[in-house]
Amino acid sequence: MKMLRGLLIPALALLLSGCDAVLFSPSGDIARQQRDLIFISVVLMLIIIVPVIFLILLFAWKYRAGSKAAEQDYDPDWNHSTVLELIVWSAPLLIIIALGAITWTSTHKLDPYRPLDQVAQNRPVAEGVKPLVVEVVALDWKWLFLYPEQGIATVNEMAAPVDRPIEFRITASNVMNAFFVPSLAGMIYAMPGMETKLNAVMNKTGDFEGISANYSGAGFSDMRFRFHSLSEGDFDAWVAKAKAEGTALSREDYLKLEQPSEREPVHYYGNVAAGLYNAILNRCVESNRMCANDMMALDKAGGQGIVGTYNVTSLDAPTRSRLGIADDGRRYVGALCAARGATGEAMTPAGRPL
Amino acid sequence: MSDMHANPSAAIAENETPQFWMTKDHHPENGTLLGFWIYLMSDCLIFACLFACYGVLGRNYAGGPSGADLFELPLVALNTAMLLLSSITYGFAVLEMQKNRRGTMMAWLIITGMFGAAFLGIELYEFAHLIHEGAGPQRSAFLSSFFTLVGTHGLHVTFGIVWLITLLFQVGKHGLTGANKRRIMCLSMFWHFLDVVWIGVFTFVYLMGVLP
Amino acid sequence: MNTPDLAKLIFGRLSLEAIPYHEPILLATFAGVAIGGIALLAIITKYKLWGYLWKEWFTSIDHKKIGIMYMVLGIVMLLRGFADALMMRAQQAIAFNGNPGFLPPHHYDQIFTAHGVIMIFFVAMPLVTGLMNYVVPLQIGARDVAFPFLNNFSFWMTVAGGLLVMASLFVGEFARTGWLAYPPLSGLAQSPDVGVDYYIWSLQVAGVGTTLSGINLIATIVKMRAPGMTMMKMPVFTWTSLCTNVLIVAAFPVLTAVLVLLALDRYAGTNFFTNDFGGNAMMYVNLIWIWGHPEVYILVLPVFGVFSEVVSTFSQKRLFGYASMVYATVVITVLSYLVWLHHFFTMGSGASVNSFFGITTMIISIPTGAKIFNWLFTMYRGRIQFDVPMLWTVGFMVTFVIGGMTGVMLAVPPADFLLHNSLFLIAHFHNVIIGGVVFGLFAGINYWFPKAFGFRLDPFWGKCSFWFWLVGFYVAFMPLYVLGFMGVTRRMNHFEDPSLQIWFQIAAVGAGLIALGIGSFLVQIYVSIKNKDKLRDVTGDPWHGRTLEWATSSPPPEYNFAFTPVIHEADAWWDMKERNATRRTEGYLPIHMPKNTAAGVIIAGFAFVFGFAMIWHMFLVAGLAFLGLLVSAITHTFNYKRDYYIPADVVERTETARTEELAAHV
Repeated sequence: MKMLRGLLIPALALLLSGCDAVLFSPSGDIARQQRDLIFISVVLMLIIIVPVIFLILLFAWKYRAGSKAAEQDYDPDWNHSTVLELIVWSAPLLIIIALGAITWTSTHKLDPYRPLDQVAQNRPVAEGVKPLVVEVVALDWKWLFLYPEQGIATVNEMAAPVDRPIEFRITASNVMNAFFVPSLAGMIYAMPGMETKLNAVMNKTGDFEGISANYSGAGFSDMRFRFHSLSEGDFDAWVAKAKAEGTALSREDYLKLEQPSEREPVHYYGNVAAGLYNAILNRCVESNRMCANDMMALDKAGGQGIVGTYNVTSLDAPTRSRLGIADDGRRYVGALCAARGATGEAMTPAGRPL
Repeated sequence: MSDMHANPSAAIAENETPQFWMTKDHHPENGTLLGFWIYLMSDCLIFACLFACYGVLGRNYAGGPSGADLFELPLVALNTAMLLLSSITYGFAVLEMQKNRRGTMMAWLIITGMFGAAFLGIELYEFAHLIHEGAGPQRSAFLSSFFTLVGTHGLHVTFGIVWLITLLFQVGKHGLTGANKRRIMCLSMFWHFLDVVWIGVFTFVYLMGVLP
Repeated sequence: MNTPDLAKLIFGRLSLEAIPYHEPILLATFAGVAIGGIALLAIITKYKLWGYLWKEWFTSIDHKKIGIMYMVLGIVMLLRGFADALMMRAQQAIAFNGNPGFLPPHHYDQIFTAHGVIMIFFVAMPLVTGLMNYVVPLQIGARDVAFPFLNNFSFWMTVAGGLLVMASLFVGEFARTGWLAYPPLSGLAQSPDVGVDYYIWSLQVAGVGTTLSGINLIATIVKMRAPGMTMMKMPVFTWTSLCTNVLIVAAFPVLTAVLVLLALDRYAGTNFFTNDFGGNAMMYVNLIWIWGHPEVYILVLPVFGVFSEVVSTFSQKRLFGYASMVYATVVITVLSYLVWLHHFFTMGSGASVNSFFGITTMIISIPTGAKIFNWLFTMYRGRIQFDVPMLWTVGFMVTFVIGGMTGVMLAVPPADFLLHNSLFLIAHFHNVIIGGVVFGLFAGINYWFPKAFGFRLDPFWGKCSFWFWLVGFYVAFMPLYVLGFMGVTRRMNHFEDPSLQIWFQIAAVGAGLIALGIGSFLVQIYVSIKNKDKLRDVTGDPWHGRTLEWATSSPPPEYNFAFTPVIHEADAWWDMKERNATRRTEGYLPIHMPKNTAAGVIIAGFAFVFGFAMIWHMFLVAGLAFLGLLVSAITHTFNYKRDYYIPADVVERTETARTEELAAHV
């Protein structure tokens, strides 16, 4: 008995510790709604799962060979019952109709691209409150956060004022990652050359963990960051600190930062090169490189023709050696100085209007 | 009444004591043609994937040349004619096969193979020309998917020709036996299948590719 | 540089550096494998078994022997895949508080990739294919499959793929990308070494085998059923096999295509999935899951068939709702192509796209639920004998519904945003793959073993194996569900939060219990062979079976049935027994059979060399191997004498011996 208690108490304690798992006790409104969906779907399914498990065990026990029921009720040819078949197909169908309706509405409501309309249950977003924009870049293997309004950038640490909607714009440098702050909201992939968005809000102040939730190579396990949820005043102080302590983040600094590294310490940039995030997103931080959005516009107009064939280049050797980047043989499409047509409009080198 | 029972079990069920074992040698139908059909459909899916890739990537020129800049429709039309003619001549070969005329059948097969080889030659010329211009498969996703789709088709034609030559030897050696006829029919399906795929390539890649 | 370097053409990038002699774990493994291998070869040589193995097994086109060889392959690979699992569990249980564990990321990342690849492609697939190969022709009263040589060739291609994966252990390294090798991580820029190439070529080579075997079994089921067996009188296992093989033929070409494109990106510098020059990595993710989701059903549908056979046999009752079982299978087959996007809701598709795929996913649970109910009502009013296969079945039913529930949770996109890529997901799919596929395979092995070898498997060790697996599964994976709720993501090499450690330690204990389950299974086989006289079954029908495979002797003669059976009812053999059908013992005829051939081994051997040479950029060798492959394949087509007749008196002798055996038994 004592031994049993010795086993049971730690086991119970363990189970209870599982109950305050981060997904069950979220601090952000989106994560809370997502958690509620988990609960609702579990309850709906338990309506059918529990009786099924019970019946499996019951029938397995009751009709075991040699039991009374097996002797009396045995009917080797009983294999059809229209009523039962109807129940068998319609019971799961009804559950799925209910769950499907919930899925449709909740997926639209909790679409990460959709701007928030509430900061918490029954607390709509106040008039005139604009979301805080944070641009997130998943690098090998660290996180870069850019704050366009504040003009700062940080590595492996971010902060946001409590109860203010946040709009994350997310991209990556080389490989796929997933941006995930479990207490805040569900994850979304960070992919090179593409932008995903996440709208979320944190309702409690505190220090939370953020991770990459999509395996991205050797340094993946240490690709973590801290998410500080602060009061307005503390957030302003944090921004001021980043401005004061931070160095400048030029395009060349970014090219150095982009090189793979692990367990990168937190650091701040008080001054960020103009248009850096867009350059990262469009993969044209290098000055001689064509931006993806320009390239797509060109392609829509039919490319650059045969002359465009040879417009392939790479980072020049002096810049490489200055930045300490090895030549990995990577090539890219070169930037263009747009030609001007007779009336002054921009043209491609092939002479097509841009 | 009795001829209503085409199905053996129903016929047997009428007897007093049903029969449970065949008394005669049972030979199930030969499954080769069905199996080959299924194979063709699986191959068709490979092409479907390549077409899908071309659909997604076919306009990603990466600031390079487009189909309108590169494709020479007269050449492709000639190429298409080669392949279509080879399908017709294969049809003649099958007609001759059904009349059990080995010599003329082999002659038609040889002509088919020549058309196939001409098709391949023109295609290789086109590829070499593009690569020479710098528009190789590495230059853009459009060119990657173009070379892969057209090249995969070309590879199939190559194997078709190897198979055709093999078959010529086999027919030469063993004559128009049942097994050889079956093989000729399989290659026939393969060859016409490649023709159909090429019509897709011609339409979606070349004709639509030169549209602005 | 203009003169081609001959050494480079021959050896490519292969050098002594590729042999991991500085890795103690690998060295020990290699020593173990080498010693075991040499011992095995020595035994085979000593007892002069080479000729026997070559003539009776390796070159055999008998579907039964090929089926058994698939099973052996699957079990051997299970040991490798499970060793990976144990290492992962051990690493995650200790890598806390700054302890890096014993596996650095370089090594650990290969292990979880190899674990996934091996378990799916070289354990589950061969075991499932093996069961189908062995059982389907017997169930439909056929003498062999439609294309016996192709069957042998398919098997050896699967072996060649498996050998390539195994070679990566000792020569070079395996991919460090996760089992689906998403680009850009698997692209040349991020993974320049041989790992991803091992991945590509092993799957390509094995994939050819799988596709061909799918074509083969479809043609077999469609064309070679015994007279009277209409589609709606086919045994359920044959039905699920048919649907599985349709899925194989419709899904594996997509895998082939997508791996070709990845290979082109890596070998030819194309830009399908690269970040620059217009490539699009999301296309890879879509394509691989268009194969990947049906693949899940390729694994689980056949075991649904196994459970259907087992539950009605051991309840001694007709299967409840045969027709709805068949429709459910067909519906699952079709729907499995409409759900692939649920593997990446988090990629940022619009809400309507996500909810469409979420809802289609949930719809699949309806036919699956119907199946569970049908098994349930088969047990109702039965006389259930709890032999080992039935234990696995009941264990499956309880475990699988839990896995189904967690699966539907993941199908709700907003919930998936929290749970995607987490250990909850890992727990979910192990819940359905272990609780479904593995349990089903063990049920199937225990159920059909007496048919294949003429004696039963030892029930005591079978029960040990079952209970260790069942308890081990719950102990190993329930903690992972909890860890998923704690926001722990998959593929982590080490952790910071010390409160997680206890859960990983529990999971490691569970993995240990599963190891005991696998050990018990091996002991079960050993003990059964030792006691085979005690466990002997001469009736050919040890479980009072219902379908045709039990109508012939155990093991069946090479021609399966001396006389082709004629079918009147769905449960053909049960029907024969009910109506006192007697065995026909006269009027034997010569039987037309296919002849053994070495072509399959040879062609697949060339495929192995070709794959290995491509991996290491040994292009001269690769070219020669491809030429060899082509020439040997063409040479094989010049062989027209592929069949022979078993003379009537040989058949008579075999069948008379059986008559005497049956008489002596009664």
